[in-house]
Order: sequence, then C-alpha cells, then structure tokens
Amino acid sequence: MKVITVNINGTKRQFPESISVASLIEEMELTGKRIALERNGEIVPRSSFATQKLVEGDKLEVVVAVGGG
Amino acid sequence: MNDKLIIAGKSYSSRLLVGTGKYKDFNETRTAVEASAAEIITIAIRRSNIGQNPNEPSLLEILPPSKYTLLPNTAGCYSAEDAVRTLRLARELLDGHSLVKLEVLGDPQSLYPNVIETISAAKTLVAEGFQVMVYTSDDPIIARQLEDIGCVAIMPLASLIGSGMGILNPWNLQLIIERVQVPVIVDAGVGTASDASIAMELGCDGVLMNTAIAGAQQPVLMASAMKQAVEAGRSAYLAGRMPKKLYSASPSSPTAGIIGSTRG
Repeated sequence: MKVITVNINGTKRQFPESISVASLIEEMELTGKRIALERNGEIVPRSSFATQKLVEGDKLEVVVAVGGG
Repeated sequence: MNDKLIIAGKSYSSRLLVGTGKYKDFNETRTAVEASAAEIITIAIRRSNIGQNPNEPSLLEILPPSKYTLLPNTAGCYSAEDAVRTLRLARELLDGHSLVKLEVLGDPQSLYPNVIETISAAKTLVAEGFQVMVYTSDDPIIARQLEDIGCVAIMPLASLIGSGMGILNPWNLQLIIERVQVPVIVDAGVGTASDASIAMELGCDGVLMNTAIAGAQQPVLMASAMKQAVEAGRSAYLAGRMPKKLYSASPSSPTAGIIGSTRG
C-alpha cells in the first residue's frame, strides 16, 4: 500500500494513502475528545472529518483547550 | 443593586474575570475559579499531544461551557495571522462560540502587546463575526481605534503580564475609561487585592487576572480576596469618593462642646 507523509502539530508522520481525517483522529486516540483541526491553514469542520481524505504533504494542526490567562 | 457588567449584549454579575493557567492541578483550578465567583474565564488553545493519555480529563470537563462563559485567548501569538488562526480553531472547538480574547504580543521578554498586529487581527476577526475583547497597551488613542473597529471590550494592561506590579499608570487608564464607550477591563499586572480595588475605583468595568491568583501562596484564598476587592472597588466607585482636600483637614467629630473649651 502506498504511504503518505503528513505533518501533524509540527511532526512528520506516515499513514496509508487516502486515510480520512476521522481515521487519523482515531489513530491519535482522540476520538470523542473535544478538538479542533486545521488543514493547510483552513478549518476542517467536525462534520466533514469522515469525508476529507489526507494527501501527501498535508499540514495539520490539532488543538485542544488548556489552562491559560 | 442592579449593577451588571454587559459585554456584547450579555450581562454578568461578576466583574472579575479569571484565567485558568499556572495552577498546580485541575482541582485547584476549579476550586480557585469557584472562589473567585468569576463567570468569564479564559482558556488557551494548544496543540494536542500526540499519544497523550486518553483517559486524562480535559479542562472543558472541569470547567464546562454550560456553566462558564469561556474566553479563548491567543496567548503566545506574535502575529495577526497566528492570532486569527488560533481563534478560528477556538470557534470550531467551542461549537461556534464567538466571544474571544485577542492578544498579539510584541516580544517574549516583556509580553508587551504589538498594537499594529493587534489592530490588524481585530479588523479581520470583527469582519468574520467574532466578538473581540482585546488586550492592548494603555494608549488611549489605540484604545479608541480598537473600539472604532468594533471590539466589544478594551482590555489595557496595568503592568506587564504576570509581573504583579500593579496599576502603574492610573492616568492613562482613566483617559481610556473617559474616552471609550465599551467596557474597559484591566487585563494583566494586578498583583494583590488592593490593585484590583484601585482599578475598579478608577472606573474600570472589570478586572481580568490569572497569575495574581494562581501565583499566590494560597490561590483559593486569594481568589476569594480578589472577588471581594473587585466588589469593594466597584462599590466605592459607584458611591463616589469624597474629594481630596490637601492642607485643609476637617475633623469628623463636632468642633463645639469640647470640655474645658473657652470658645463655648
């Protein structure tokens, strides 16, 4: 199977080709957690996690809420 | 007394806004926030750690959005672009929540705001429908510009973030209070209860703090002290202080009828 390299939160990781955002979140053990995701500078709404497929070179930011002032 | 703080059309009973950073654990965070009686609490947006313990509770479970007005911030952002991206992520994270705290910093030593980038970010965010509470310098001209852009609250520093140096320039804060119509909230620099009272006595509409509480020896006790200080300062402001009378002392007790007096 072909493998793609994507950048998640500044770290390069490899996944099978055409993995969905939803599957990626599952891989990261974040399913059901309150997160938000940006792909190449654009917000990916939760409603489209299942349908959006990742491609080689994608840059993702996955964020959570933490304590801050 | 019906004295509510109104921000972007929503009314709040508490004029103390608190941050949620720097506490020793979530339990202390929750207890301190409860002791402060704050209704608006700030949170930060950060990258999720890949492979973090999936059973660890999240901040939003400790401080649920159903109970508090969460105010996502852009702490750590040094450009308008990063701040805007962070708040777009925050809006997605919080299901379309639009009330945000914008701060764009100038350098990591002082954490002083970069007002040029702040103004640029504020324009973008307001155009995108965000309700922007904006951290800024205590420059009254910039404060007015941020209000004109459409920010819903102006939040000047009293002194540097996390410094606890208190209200260093009450004159500038007063200039801002006099010129700005939207709520003015002192954000940053408060160190102890009297600082919060001074801000409120000046006529600020509220005070936002984090380190003053989290960095105290007993954060929960300090949270309670800050609640009282903000309330006392607000009441004193509303009551209207007596005028200062330099060189003309006036005794509180009757001047007549003093025993042994030859003047009656």
